[in-house]
Amino acid sequence: MQNSEIFQNSIRFIGLALLQVLVLNHINFLGYVNPYLYITFVLLFPFTGNRTLLIFLGFLLGLTIDMFSDTGGIHAAATVLIAYIRPALLKFTFGLSYEYNVIKLNQAPIKERLLYISGMVLIHHLVLFLLETFNISHILLALKSTLFSSIFSILLIFCSIILWGRKRS
Amino acid sequence: MQQIIFFFIRNKNFLLFAVLFLIAISFTIQANSYHTSSFVNSANFLGGGIYSARASVTDYFGLDAENQKLTEENTYLRRQIEQLKLISEVKLDTTITDAPFYFKAAKVINNNYTYSKNNITINKGAKDSIAIDQGVITSQGLVGIVNNTSINYATIQSILNTNSEINAKLKKDNHFGTLVWNTKNPNIVQLKQIPRLAPLVAGDTIVTGGKSTIFPEGILIGTIKDFELTADDSYIVNVQLFNDMTNLKQVYLIKPTQAIEILQLEAETEDAEQ
Repeated sequence: MQNSEIFQNSIRFIGLALLQVLVLNHINFLGYVNPYLYITFVLLFPFTGNRTLLIFLGFLLGLTIDMFSDTGGIHAAATVLIAYIRPALLKFTFGLSYEYNVIKLNQAPIKERLLYISGMVLIHHLVLFLLETFNISHILLALKSTLFSSIFSILLIFCSIILWGRKRS
Repeated sequence: MQQIIFFFIRNKNFLLFAVLFLIAISFTIQANSYHTSSFVNSANFLGGGIYSARASVTDYFGLDAENQKLTEENTYLRRQIEQLKLISEVKLDTTITDAPFYFKAAKVINNNYTYSKNNITINKGAKDSIAIDQGVITSQGLVGIVNNTSINYATIQSILNTNSEINAKLKKDNHFGTLVWNTKNPNIVQLKQIPRLAPLVAGDTIVTGGKSTIFPEGILIGTIKDFELTADDSYIVNVQLFNDMTNLKQVYLIKPTQAIEILQLEAETEDAEQ
């Protein structure tokens, strides 16, 4: 990674964590639906970047969110999981070529972009809410939260990626 | 040996993932068991500091409602003082005894109610003699129990937490039950194990039971919304809370001054029986 990329990712890490714990965790749309925008950090991490570093940073980001929302380790677990499976999902959506040609997320075709974002968000939210309820008898509640929060998160992440991408180019 | 090292290098991503994932899961399990101070919580310097900075901004939005609440409470307390004056004039009893419960005010700086295990962070900590297992109320009713403290901050296990079990009873007679939450609605909690004999009427008041050393008897909780009979011949009651759990600002902590004495006595009795 170049220096500018390191700087950009550090700012993104801190900015997204603060935005999540100070604003987005308190939206509580319809009583319980919150968007989890902070995983944009994992989504936007350079595609050719160091995988080991991403897994570690994902854990750290999740743990930060956990610390602020008093939720044990659920965000850390969900985020470290999507950080680990990201290459597989990238291969699935963009084909093998992602490793060689430098694809920018905001220049990829809209269908592939949406597929990648939704896949990551759904996996993250499913693990998050299953661990959060931590009880098989509340599995329907977990699935309901996953569905509603995912819709909210996907919309917000999609819009914010478009906005950020436009500003820089 | 070389093979093992190669194996580790080849699978370093998976191994790192597995280790971190297991750490996260163990934090989750730790947070799910009551009474183990979890390592990751918002009652520390960073979390508490950032949340109190946030609270100092957002507090202005609720000032009107908060003033209203405090005025109502003042009126209520004044009325009580007047009543007490009447009593003391008649009795002329000036013996001063320690009040069995001591109250302390604190401000909520973070409040969750969307999870199934919700915690609240307040701006008082061990420095202000806040300790684990102290009860927390507002002027309108029950909030929860302190489950973690740092020097300047503390977290409260809210009654909106599936680990929370609080002794409660009907105000008009002494049928006891356990207060739990089914995670559905942040303003409705469930009172279970109320015996079938209890004369339940929708709208009746539920108060704390006073069977534990944490809460004094008679702290308001809510009113009966509806109830149904379960398979084991006891009622499960939906309780509409007096408190708006989604909007907490000022809370009071209860420090039971005689708890140590009671607990010591109970421990001695248990020892004697064995």
